[in-house]
Amino acid sequence: MNSTTNNADVVLSVRDLCVETVSKSDPKPILKSVSFDVYASETLCIVGESGSGKSVTAFAIMGLLPPDALRITGGTISLNNKNLADSSYGEILALRATTMSMVFQEPMTALNPVQRVGEQIDEVIRIHRNMPAAQRKQMVLKMLGEVDLPDPPRIYESYPHELSGGQRQRIVIAIALILEPKLLIADEPTTALDVTTQKQILHLMKQLQKLHGTSVIFITHDFGVVAEIADRILVMRNGMKVEEGTRTQILRAPVDAYTKELISSVPSIHPPEAKHAKREPVLAVRNLSKTYGRKPLFGKARGVAALSDINLDVHKDEVVGIVGESGSGKSTLARCVIGLAAGWEGDILLGSRPLEPHSRDRPQDIKKRIQIVFQDPYRSLNPRRRIAASLMEGLVNFGMPAKQALEKVADVLSIVGLDASVLDRYPHQFSGGQRQRLCLARAIVMEPEILIADEAVSALDVTVQGQVLELLADIKRRTQVAILFITHDLRVAAQISDKIIVMQKGRIVEQGTPQEVISAPREAYTKELINSAPGSNWDFKHFREFVPSPA
Amino acid sequence: MATPSKLTLFLSSWPTRLALAMVALVVVMAVFAPWLSTQDPMFLDPAVRLKGPSPDHLLGTDAFGRDLYSRIIYGSRVSLMVGAGVLAISIAFGVVLGALAGYFRGLDSIIMRIMDGIMAIPAVLLAIALVAVSGSSLYTVIIAIAVPEIPRVTRLVRSIMLSVRGEPYVEAAITLGTPPAKVLLRHMLPNTVAPLIVQGTYIFASAVLIEAILSFLGAGIPPEVPSWGNIIADGRSYFQLIPGLVLYPGIVLSLTILTINMIGDAARDALDPKLAARN
Repeated sequence: MNSTTNNADVVLSVRDLCVETVSKSDPKPILKSVSFDVYASETLCIVGESGSGKSVTAFAIMGLLPPDALRITGGTISLNNKNLADSSYGEILALRATTMSMVFQEPMTALNPVQRVGEQIDEVIRIHRNMPAAQRKQMVLKMLGEVDLPDPPRIYESYPHELSGGQRQRIVIAIALILEPKLLIADEPTTALDVTTQKQILHLMKQLQKLHGTSVIFITHDFGVVAEIADRILVMRNGMKVEEGTRTQILRAPVDAYTKELISSVPSIHPPEAKHAKREPVLAVRNLSKTYGRKPLFGKARGVAALSDINLDVHKDEVVGIVGESGSGKSTLARCVIGLAAGWEGDILLGSRPLEPHSRDRPQDIKKRIQIVFQDPYRSLNPRRRIAASLMEGLVNFGMPAKQALEKVADVLSIVGLDASVLDRYPHQFSGGQRQRLCLARAIVMEPEILIADEAVSALDVTVQGQVLELLADIKRRTQVAILFITHDLRVAAQISDKIIVMQKGRIVEQGTPQEVISAPREAYTKELINSAPGSNWDFKHFREFVPSPA
Repeated sequence: MATPSKLTLFLSSWPTRLALAMVALVVVMAVFAPWLSTQDPMFLDPAVRLKGPSPDHLLGTDAFGRDLYSRIIYGSRVSLMVGAGVLAISIAFGVVLGALAGYFRGLDSIIMRIMDGIMAIPAVLLAIALVAVSGSSLYTVIIAIAVPEIPRVTRLVRSIMLSVRGEPYVEAAITLGTPPAKVLLRHMLPNTVAPLIVQGTYIFASAVLIEAILSFLGAGIPPEVPSWGNIIADGRSYFQLIPGLVLYPGIVLSLTILTINMIGDAARDALDPKLAARN
């Protein structure tokens, strides 16, 4: 990864690019005079939070702005000295795939589900090159090998649903790179993938880039990924360029205050010092097993073990972080505890009282003691109801008079950093971070003993994520609530947890204090998970690399 | 983001306004029929049988000398009552059955298999059978037309229930100890309102049409009652002689159904942003 900034070979040059919403009366600026260059065979990472304009920049370059919503109002986009901003649709069409390509975030929807993947790659060649079928197939098979897919002839004949998410993303990359474009734009290409898969895909992209000499614009919100792959970094916010520089410049010595905040908000994978001793257990899970998919009408019952033989304890004033990739059963565990997934075997003890599987069978005072915050803040509040009604609902269910409930809700709002004026508003008037605070308020107003946070910060921007994590820690300090913190993000778990439980395929692989699990993992899977976490050698908070520990 | 309200969106296109005006006209016809008509629609006058339009009889007279114009005016009453009655019955039953099927897993297969059974019988045939069994009157016709519509509403409501019950805000309500009935009424059922408004307009239009079909076939409203279907049926034999006997009620019927469907489409575009964005 030597610096390529000295290379004067500019592939893409964006100058004063402005994009506005299409509106006669009131056009809003989306991109405000953005300028940057991409040099030959370098990786430029465009980093920013949601709404920063990073994806709009990519779409503007590819000519993919929705014509009825967004348009370029100024500036130039020069690709190989050709200005794309005033090129015709046909001209841009000819450049796509041949000179510039794009890889999208969601490999599940980027491929046509009813066409074999080999044909989908072949289509690109068919459209742009005049080449006999046999030669095209040869080319596709070679490309499938290059993206490290096993048995290319078999993959060629596969349909997308037969492939895993990582394999699909390899196909998408193959489609993007088959005609050896000069420029590849990757819009969050690994965000939807598990960390271990992400690591492989990042490695593959790096390898192919070297092989073909492609320039890459890599759009991401994840500074871990940036630390792994960037040659240069462009930080964006609110449609403007905040800062641009080489990887080391930005990560070690950011100039702009926002960049500093953005980078230092990234939680470190190395846990802080251990804190306290054991307290009384509030939740105990014993031999919990759950199988999905029961007795179909015809044929043999095919069960998928979502959880097998889970044992864990949660103590008062303790954060237990449950970490795992998709399909590890971590969310199922949460749903079993809260009573949203019936049909499990084993015992879940609240204090010493065994819990009924289904929430509706549990007495009200038991329900009250366990509360949950979900992942998606946009769907967690009923859009038709005022905040006051949503937040009071639980208290009123337990027989508290409305007036008293409202007072209590107002008190709790101050804990989550919102004031009582929000009560008359509707959910759509709040940002994701604010909504998640409201969901937290709704849960803690019940004064639960156990708070389950199911990926509660995963959908939030990194700076907001930091604030919500701090809020959680603050709530724990005030109320001594035990928190079951479910996440796929090892860094977040490392920072907030008193105990970490690593899950894989419905089993607990390893558990212990963060120090034990992260700094000295015993199991191979845990090691792989930690190694896959992008930028794990980087101490973002202090703008430096970690000194390799002797251990 | 200041988005235009759903009502302004709904009223933004002129075809919708025109359609609303047409439907309003039919409603006015029905409400003020005694004042708008020029004669008693049942009054037989053998002296003026099968006459063309004249100042006394604006659209002429039928084979019994009844005033066609007045009969069409009064016919709107039947059509609107059938439409409204069918709408009310099918929505009432459909919402309750759909909500039960969508919320309680145990009831789901029972209710839906019964609905599948009803749907397997052709709607007009079922209506004819029901009218044949219980005799011809406005109320039997309404029930006969409503029964085949119930499964459609049930399915719609059930599918919305199934998709909404996994929403985090519904699950949050469950974990907050909200009783099932309240979860259903407060958090889930409001999601069905917009689709039901849309579906409701189609049910209304199809009820008006099916009533006309049944009456035309002689299996609907008693023949002496002026309904658009009856008027067309009566005029059929004299169609070659006086086309207006079929033409005028036919035009009014077609326009009414067309405009109600147009309103349904406009309501769908205004209420369902996903579908509207696709256009």
